[in-house]
Amino acid sequence: MRFLFKTDYEDDIRLFPHSGYFVSYGLLLAVLLIAPYVLSSYVMSQLVFVCIYATVGVALLILTGFTGQASLGHAAFLAIGAYTAAYLQKYNVPFPIYFLAAGVLTGLIGAMVGFPALRLTGIYLVIATISFALIVEEILARWESVTNGNEGMRVKAVSLLGVTVSRDSPTFYFLCLAVLVLTIVGTLNLLRSPTGRAFVAIRDSETAARSMGVNVALYKVKSYAISAAITGFAGVLFAHKLSFISPEMFTLQLSIEFIIVILIGGTFSLHGAVLGAIFIVMIDPFLTYLKDDMPGIIAGVAATFGAGTQSAANVQSKVAAFASLNGLKGAIYGIIIVLFVLFEPLGLYGRWLKIKLFFQLFPLYKRATFKRQKIYVKSERNR
Amino acid sequence: MLDFVQQLVSGVALGCVYGLIALGFVLVYKATEVVNFAQGDLMMLGGFFAFTFIGMMGLNYWVGFAGAVAAMALFGMVAERVVVRPILGYPQFSIIMATIGLGYFLRSIAGMIWGTDDLKIETPFSQGVLRVGSLVLAHDKLSVIAATVILCTLLWLFFNKTTLGTAMRASSENMLAAYYMGIPVKRVVSIVWAISAAVATCAGVLLAPITFIHSNVGLALGLKAFPAAVLGGFGSIPGAVVGGVLIGVIESMAGFYLAEGWKDVAPYIVLLAVLLLKPEGLFGLHVRKKV
Repeated sequence: MRFLFKTDYEDDIRLFPHSGYFVSYGLLLAVLLIAPYVLSSYVMSQLVFVCIYATVGVALLILTGFTGQASLGHAAFLAIGAYTAAYLQKYNVPFPIYFLAAGVLTGLIGAMVGFPALRLTGIYLVIATISFALIVEEILARWESVTNGNEGMRVKAVSLLGVTVSRDSPTFYFLCLAVLVLTIVGTLNLLRSPTGRAFVAIRDSETAARSMGVNVALYKVKSYAISAAITGFAGVLFAHKLSFISPEMFTLQLSIEFIIVILIGGTFSLHGAVLGAIFIVMIDPFLTYLKDDMPGIIAGVAATFGAGTQSAANVQSKVAAFASLNGLKGAIYGIIIVLFVLFEPLGLYGRWLKIKLFFQLFPLYKRATFKRQKIYVKSERNR
Repeated sequence: MLDFVQQLVSGVALGCVYGLIALGFVLVYKATEVVNFAQGDLMMLGGFFAFTFIGMMGLNYWVGFAGAVAAMALFGMVAERVVVRPILGYPQFSIIMATIGLGYFLRSIAGMIWGTDDLKIETPFSQGVLRVGSLVLAHDKLSVIAATVILCTLLWLFFNKTTLGTAMRASSENMLAAYYMGIPVKRVVSIVWAISAAVATCAGVLLAPITFIHSNVGLALGLKAFPAAVLGGFGSIPGAVVGGVLIGVIESMAGFYLAEGWKDVAPYIVLLAVLLLKPEGLFGLHVRKKV
């Protein structure tokens, strides 16, 4: 076990607390940089989605994980970013400008959502953000002169410094990766600044934060604006990756997927956003695998255990029928959410920390270390 | 003028449906401070149960109705035991997510079992109409309004006049104190989920002739029931119904008098306005934080 000997207050807020971090993150970055030259184009395409989802996950973590403001409306911010890009692209605005414009516009709208949210907490905030998302969805479908209504908009490939970057090329992957890395580094810096500490203070106790001199309203609006702006940037990449956007892509379902990203990854650390994004993007390939390969494998297992050809074929068709049921994806989502909330509330990153601690303390690990406190006394109504 | 009255009546009928679902939210919220995002899906499931009893097994309508209510009450208790009880006492957001997950699960499972077609139940109210002057009122809509009034009155009396109702209100205020006072909090929570699932089933069965039964009906109506519950003030039983009726009337008026598209958005605009101007709703209690 490594003991960090802190001699300076600066040691508490270092981005890389010790040299081991340079090695592990350097290796990770190297792997990510050579990935497009090694992996197949399908995997690369999934990796781009991981980058985009992780960026949104980081944005959501700032708001939900660190400021404690729930949001089920992030699909709307993503949509605003995507549509801004698509609209400005029609007028031949260069990529860097509409990329920034999308972020700024989404940030402004985020701040506008933040103001009414100041008066709301808990369940009311969740419902208000859902309403906001539904209203945005309806506006996208009806404002046909700008958004082309339900027919959707085509998005051309990115044109960067005179070079056209196709959505499947390694360059586009590097672009998404760069946005993700910059977002993460920026967020880490934000969180160790006074602003970030104010966010966390608001999350832990609004009253305490206010009495310590934190301007709660200002910081909440800031948190909304920053979170929305990052989501807007992700929206531009999302639009380019899909090359076609229409209002029915940005539904409540997508907002819930973003919440699942941070819920599965862990809401207390930025690692959670990336882990959760990997998890959620993996679900689709997993379902395809279930549909294509699983029936054959299970039939093979059945055959080795002495089942006849007839019954093995029978098993195979039954498994295939189950795997191609219509609602399977929804059911899997549902089960995953419930299981994580019940049994792994700290998410995948929490599990990793538990495993790490288990080996660090080897015979002395106790489960209660990570136990959350249950509160039966307070009522949300008298907050 | 006739158009207006006709729209008003159909708005009230629609609103009563929202009110019935909102009643389910309010019951659970009143007793446990949990918001059940799967309420609409419980309603959907209740409709499917009734379809199984009435349409597939050929039972009498009322017997099938009662059977569905009983089955769903049991289901509500099981759902509470499995999904909600282990996380009571944790921050509200985890419980919201858990019920969203439950809703996802129920929707897909219902789609797998009963298929994705629109199903219909033959009811005694499906056909008839009541004529008042030149006004035409369909029996199925009147049945919804009547059932809402009856259920709302019964539940209000139950919460305010009976011992069990008082116990529920007490455990919502402070579970620990309620437990010290001898209230079996776990059983109370279990019962309240059973009641709310039963109310949801009533909504689902009464709605069957109007909207048909479909695995996604719960999500659409459940989302509309939120504005109703908020408008009435989360935690007030008459408030839920009044809020539901208001939302229903606003929606049907917006659909009739305003351009296309306003109908779907109007309830949410009203909701945001209410949250901004009077977050505690029409019948809600105004509370301050004591430090």
